[in-house]
Amino acid sequence: MQKKEVKKTDENILTRMVRNQMFIPLLALAALALFNLIAGPEFFAITLGTNSAGNPVLSGYPITILDSGSELAILAIGMTLVTAASGGQDISVGAAVAIAGSVLLRMLCGGNSRPEELAMPIIVAFLISCIVAMLFGAFNGVLVAYFKIQPMIATLILYTAGRSIAAWINNNELPVITDPGLSYFGGFIPGVPIPTPFFIAVICVVAIFLVLKFTNLGLYTQAVGINENSSKLNGLNPQLIKIISFVILGLCVAVVGLIKVSRIQTINYSVIAKDIEMDAILAVALGGNALSGGKFNMAASIFGAYVIQFLTQTLYRFKVSADALPAYKAVVVIVLVVISAPTVKEWFGKMSRKFKVKEVA
Amino acid sequence: MKDNIVLQMKNIHKSFPGVRALQGVDFTLRKGEVHALMGENGAGKSTLIKVLTGVYSKDEGDILLDGHEGPVAIHSPQDAQKVGISTVYQEITLCPNLSVAENMFIGRTSGMGQNWKKMNSDTEKILKSLDIPASATQQLETCSLAVQQMIAIARAVDMDCKVLILDEPTSSLDEQEVEKLFKLMRDLRSRGVGIVFVTHFLDQVYEICDRITVMRDGQLVGEFEIKDLPRVKLVSKMLGKELDDMSDIKGEQKTYERKAGEVPVLEAENRVSDAGIKPFNFHIDKGEVNGFTGLLGSGRSECVRAIFGADRVTGGTIKMNGKPVKINKALDAMKNGIAYLPEDRKGDGIVGDLSVRENIILAQQVLRGFFKPFSKAKQYEIADEYIKLLSIKTASADTPIKSLSGGNQQKVILARWLFTHPEYLILDEPTRGIDVGTKVDIQKLVLKLASEGMSVTFISSELDEMLRTCSRLVVMRDRKVVGELSGDDLNQSKVMSTIAGGDK
Repeated sequence: MQKKEVKKTDENILTRMVRNQMFIPLLALAALALFNLIAGPEFFAITLGTNSAGNPVLSGYPITILDSGSELAILAIGMTLVTAASGGQDISVGAAVAIAGSVLLRMLCGGNSRPEELAMPIIVAFLISCIVAMLFGAFNGVLVAYFKIQPMIATLILYTAGRSIAAWINNNELPVITDPGLSYFGGFIPGVPIPTPFFIAVICVVAIFLVLKFTNLGLYTQAVGINENSSKLNGLNPQLIKIISFVILGLCVAVVGLIKVSRIQTINYSVIAKDIEMDAILAVALGGNALSGGKFNMAASIFGAYVIQFLTQTLYRFKVSADALPAYKAVVVIVLVVISAPTVKEWFGKMSRKFKVKEVA
Repeated sequence: MKDNIVLQMKNIHKSFPGVRALQGVDFTLRKGEVHALMGENGAGKSTLIKVLTGVYSKDEGDILLDGHEGPVAIHSPQDAQKVGISTVYQEITLCPNLSVAENMFIGRTSGMGQNWKKMNSDTEKILKSLDIPASATQQLETCSLAVQQMIAIARAVDMDCKVLILDEPTSSLDEQEVEKLFKLMRDLRSRGVGIVFVTHFLDQVYEICDRITVMRDGQLVGEFEIKDLPRVKLVSKMLGKELDDMSDIKGEQKTYERKAGEVPVLEAENRVSDAGIKPFNFHIDKGEVNGFTGLLGSGRSECVRAIFGADRVTGGTIKMNGKPVKINKALDAMKNGIAYLPEDRKGDGIVGDLSVRENIILAQQVLRGFFKPFSKAKQYEIADEYIKLLSIKTASADTPIKSLSGGNQQKVILARWLFTHPEYLILDEPTRGIDVGTKVDIQKLVLKLASEGMSVTFISSELDEMLRTCSRLVVMRDRKVVGELSGDDLNQSKVMSTIAGGDK
């Protein structure tokens, strides 16, 4: 009798674990870690060195994951909200990062492409780029909410035009900023060996969790994503909530724009944040969130972002060229999409029931 | 089979898990007649039609067709079309961006080749012969809805259909358009087509039909010649109340009398929305329970939606306690102390993936505002309180609402609105599709709330329930308010004759 009971709780823990939204990203992380460990544990080595400015910095694959994954994590925050409220994804974030970065540079150099000193404090320039990015987010949001265009189609407009707009903002010039202050955001703060983007991501994550705790953003976006009619009859304004989710994504875009521009102190309109939207969407999906909207788990999305970056770094380690990366990631997408497809879920359900029946017999 | 009979359905049975949708239904259609198929919600009309057109397979029974030896097997809509059964639905199922001629012939040509010239000239011929004001090369979406419907009918006729099923074709047409459609139907009738006409509009039935088959709760009530079945009898047959046992379940509810100097809690004047109702007046007093009654599709839901601002309001005023207020959207109504439990629980009520707790707090949370969320602890406290108060059967407050039974989902939505502490509560079909026990619970609750001073408008398809709970009934027919009954007039016979429009 007692044995049976123990077994039952065991099963409960197992099913609870599998049901948990963190299960898939954790499983993916474990698989990647194991794979890298077998291929050679040097992947996990972290070394302390100094950079060209003479500051102590940590380096190694894990640090790169933490560094680049932070950009993705920030975007995943906004993408999760957009997905939840609108049931679709914004594919223009890469182009929007180019715009935000370009605005930032334009503000900092004030029209002179090789400024001796900054035209305004970095914080002011950043705030202006935030406003611009949020306006572009609102543009996408209005197309989706009021004109009822599918999010992917609506954001295709900015996806196509964004990089040209970014180039146009700086008259197609490539301003270079020499002020070391700008380099801190995408690099290292003197004396701190951990890359700054990680700290920025932590700030963003804390901010969004505070917002989710102290406002109704989570409840409203989920309600609108699950049942728009019902939300409306409960006094919500579904259009406004969708737009807000896109505006928040715009803010995330501006933060990533700052990091990206800070990394190279200049901008390359056609390359900056290229294909980053796909990784951000993948992070949301890997976090077990339905891409058709509704309920979401923010922590799982953010964690998913770092796992995606882990995958990217693993591929780099095996000398997969940057051009070939998408092909490998596509495999992950296929697996994710297939296991979350209703028909497959149904099949799994049937199999597990069969299995249980057998066990009982 | 007799000469003039074109279709006979015998002893049709169809069950779905948990529901016996059709129980031994017979249906006979003659050549050259318009035959109305009538029944309230859940009567089995649409199931019968879906069995006939091959959408559902029947469990038992035979379908006999003129010109076929023995029963015919219909397994798909294509099969139905092949044996000459066509359906035209309320929503146009043609392709709006193709031409009229293309729509007439789509899916009917074999092979890859297409003689466009012949197709267009054939179409012109058909349109002309049926007197349909459209040209073959015109794009379908440039035609009016009525014409589109007529083209769908023409397509069916051209496919040599012997049985034409019109499923609520007139719902979205205006009067002149309906007249045009009727002209076409009469024309087809004279050509010997048997027409099955499904509608909620009583006037239209009496204008065009020859016979009526009435169904109720999956069973055949009977087939009648139109002249043998006055309206009031039709209504009583649809609702399942014989006119003779009118001795009546008169409400235990006392007639409400307004005290001197009191103003109504809510007063609507010439209120109208874009949902197709005529402007109406309405008022409710403090502590009163009243209701909108009428057949399905008569506009009773649309009226309360217009009060709550659920549809786009196009005119009229609302006064709360004598003061004019502006109610254009749900939030306006909520701020004025109005709550609305919608008819379509799944589509408009529940937020399926969210928990019982979140579903309960949702409306009040919206009222409180974006920056003032209830703490988790408070949410659980509220949820537990209402789960206990309404005895909602749920595993926990965190269970997603969609995994609850219909009755319990309804109680959660009720809890949501009670928690907003409304002055005026609108319940639109709160008891539909839920078990008897819960129904009684809800009725009792309504009376209790009213005795505590809440004003309640109660809508139900079941007349008994309305008579038991309401002290005044607003009667609707064909999207108009046609009467108001209270006191001694509040009995079945009076209600039914008002719904029918006199004792004709």
